[in-house]
Amino acid sequence: MSTPRSPMAPPRSFLWARRVFLTLLTGFVLVPVYVMVSSSLKPLADVTGTFRWLPTELTIRPYIDIWSTVPLGRYFVNSLIVAGAATVCSVVIAVFSAYAVSRYRFRGRRVFTVTVLSTQMFPGILFLLPLFLIYVNIGNATGIALFGSRGGLILTYLTFSLPFSIWMLIGYFDSVPRDLDEAATVDGCGPLGALFRVVVPAAVPGIVAVAVYAFMTAWGEVLFASVMTNDTTRTLAVGLQGYSTLNDVYWNQIMAASLVVSVPVVAGFLLLQRYLVAGLTAGAVK
Amino acid sequence: MTATAPTAEAAVRKGSPGAARGPRRRPGRIRRAGLPYLLLLPALLLELLVHLVPMVIGAVMSFKELTQFYIRDWGTAPWAGLDNYAVSVDFDAPVGKALLHSFLVTIAFTLLSVGLCWLVGTAAAVFMQDTFRGRGLLRALFLVPYALPVYAAVITWVFMFQHDNGLVNHVLHDQLGLTDKPSFWLIGDNSFLALLTVSVWKGWPFAFLIVMAGLQNIPRELYEAAALDGAGMLQQIRRITLPSLRPVNQVLVLVLFLWTFNDFNTPYVLFGRSAPEAADLISVHIYQASFVTWNFGTGSAMSVLLLLFLLVVTGVYLVLTSRGRRTAP
Repeated sequence: MSTPRSPMAPPRSFLWARRVFLTLLTGFVLVPVYVMVSSSLKPLADVTGTFRWLPTELTIRPYIDIWSTVPLGRYFVNSLIVAGAATVCSVVIAVFSAYAVSRYRFRGRRVFTVTVLSTQMFPGILFLLPLFLIYVNIGNATGIALFGSRGGLILTYLTFSLPFSIWMLIGYFDSVPRDLDEAATVDGCGPLGALFRVVVPAAVPGIVAVAVYAFMTAWGEVLFASVMTNDTTRTLAVGLQGYSTLNDVYWNQIMAASLVVSVPVVAGFLLLQRYLVAGLTAGAVK
Repeated sequence: MTATAPTAEAAVRKGSPGAARGPRRRPGRIRRAGLPYLLLLPALLLELLVHLVPMVIGAVMSFKELTQFYIRDWGTAPWAGLDNYAVSVDFDAPVGKALLHSFLVTIAFTLLSVGLCWLVGTAAAVFMQDTFRGRGLLRALFLVPYALPVYAAVITWVFMFQHDNGLVNHVLHDQLGLTDKPSFWLIGDNSFLALLTVSVWKGWPFAFLIVMAGLQNIPRELYEAAALDGAGMLQQIRRITLPSLRPVNQVLVLVLFLWTFNDFNTPYVLFGRSAPEAADLISVHIYQASFVTWNFGTGSAMSVLLLLFLLVVTGVYLVLTSRGRRTAP
């Protein structure tokens, strides 16, 4: 995949340094993952007493209990709807914007890219409250419920991933030869035809990468989810906190639930990481 | 890329000589010129609704006396002039003092976290540039902390940092005997270390990912030529790998800085609503200042100050790093 450094074999000291470094790093990365997996299979007694590396007995009880201790299924569905919709919208919008910036020279082109990218630096806390007020006011004025609804959260999340997505896709589209879409235009495609028939298919890795990023962003967000959702629209990010009641903290259930909500994203990410690296290589880091 | 065909058609259909007056008047031309704007419209509207308008409203709010009495109808809150700002930067009074403390903690935390994330990520990417057995597996494994949802990852760390039943105390105290008694990790001074650990654990794979992508753009011939000239491994890394990564690093470090500085999710899940003083990051601090005391005017003023600071830092950073790159040989 990557460029080998040189045809020469690396020196022994380098190999040893690599072995030690990568082993330590693997340990650092793996220990929490191990704790998550092993604790999720322990009975409650094992996680309330002194930490044990190995469970006294293996049980899948936590995986059954998590669905009834808190309405995890509902949170799961909410997260799926919110993150899914935000991803689709964000990707489509980013494709349009990136195409415009990559293929057209127009007034305000630079202002647009700089403005969109600079929103990336805003602290979320700065616009949390104003956004809350705007949503409430829009709701009062038009009856469109944005506050407390999934729609409002979708709208918010898709803008979070938009700047990075546009930026990455601009780089990616730039690497798709212009001759291709000009040929398509000559063949009678309009500009949008050229975009969908030529540029988008050629940029699939970049688009997949952007979609993965958008989904992860929406799936993991905590701040806005904690303020902008109510009981019925609560997402996993907030809902997971329901396992710690005052008397007992069900650590085995928390770990099981964490694992369950992580599996879809981690599996998706690992399956598609090749595209992400390829997308970054062609687009963002060029 | 010309629009003559539809224009001519339109002119014939309308039979108007005016269409030929100038390129700007031609309808086809206008449609064509309008297309990029049309394509940008959705992104523009959303950015306006979710980022730019709220930011302006936030700035306006920072000049208002927006306490819980006015929150239902914030338009009626009296103007406060610069009072909110005066309170925020009065470092002798409790509010300003706490803000300054939180700001300094955040700076120290951000510098350490970004530095470590970059260092670990770059080292891992460089070590994994050559192929070896198990490289693909290792790469997938290293990306797991980044792929995990923040709350799932951080909650696992919360469990590990527990005083009585956590792994960290079990290893340090029970198994290695390094501490006299089990330590508290999520309260008191240790909390800074705990936060830093979690942040690096979660953040370094992003640096790894970006640097790895950047390394693939370095032409193989450079290394071959260097090897022929007798350059060793370290020299190749110093003379080829690191300089080639400069443009990538410029963006990477900035993005890491902004994300870490503004991070809310990690400290919020790690410590809950009340962060310990030693790990009182600015975004959680402002959140508390706003939502615990319900004084949104002051909270907004603090946010605006934070944004100004980030703007200045980003500007200075970009100027410095770009100039450095131009004068470099």
